[in-house]
Amino acid sequence: MSGATDDLSRVFGALADPTRRAILARLSRGEAGVQEIAKPFDMTLPAISKHLKVLERAKLIRRGKDAQWRPCTLEAAPLKDASDWIGDYRQFWEESFDRLDEYLKEIQSKQKKEGENDSGK
Amino acid sequence: MANKTEIIAEPGKQELFIKREFDAPPELVFKAHIDPDIYVKWVGPRDLTMTIDKWDARDGGSYQFTHERAGHKYRFLGVYHEIVAPERIIGTFEFDGLPERGHVILGTTRFEELPGGRTRLVHQSVFQSVQDRDGMIASGMERGVNDGYEKLDALLAEETGAKSSAA
Repeated sequence: MSGATDDLSRVFGALADPTRRAILARLSRGEAGVQEIAKPFDMTLPAISKHLKVLERAKLIRRGKDAQWRPCTLEAAPLKDASDWIGDYRQFWEESFDRLDEYLKEIQSKQKKEGENDSGK
Repeated sequence: MANKTEIIAEPGKQELFIKREFDAPPELVFKAHIDPDIYVKWVGPRDLTMTIDKWDARDGGSYQFTHERAGHKYRFLGVYHEIVAPERIIGTFEFDGLPERGHVILGTTRFEELPGGRTRLVHQSVFQSVQDRDGMIASGMERGVNDGYEKLDALLAEETGAKSSAA
């Protein structure tokens, strides 16, 4: 498996958990410390710290160096890779279905014409 | 307005969904999936050439087709498990270009009737592993185009919305 795929697996592993997605959503509004991140959750600080570690390993967040106040910041780059990843697949089907639309339009107008011709006879 | 293609692939799951509406009745959309002369016209982007190698669209029948771009060939194959006109097609799907055989997908495509002679297509693919699914999506079905942050924005917005409404 390539390094890029490993990174992506870590990103998707991290995104698979609703608490971690909620943490990312919180951080998309600006940096925050552990206490503040933990507030809306019914979870212990060590449990939240565990989630933060997973996000940090996936490079989805960056943490400050200060031992007391280690604010977490959202890292956009891996998220972009993750969304591009699905975009390629979607593009394949979008283009296919657009072509199918064209065909369906053509066949329906043909059927309509034939219908009109039949009723005219 | 153009109909929108929705791809739903939740992180960590072995399945994905494709949803799309069409301005045509289920009979026509269904037929476009099982008639090889029609299928060859639309599956894949325009710059891919598609060749049907085998096509036996009935319960237990099999199919094979090849996509080609710039000399690269991508072969796909599978077996139809059940075809119920014009409601659903259930079958297997495998990309022959993987390093090893055996990574088979179970696909179900349903054609739901909508008012006004329209159709909603709902496709589900179930993979043998999360890695298989992610690999298939990552290959983009051999397509490389970016569409930015859309999916993730939606995901984050959803979480943010859920949060603020819970608060």
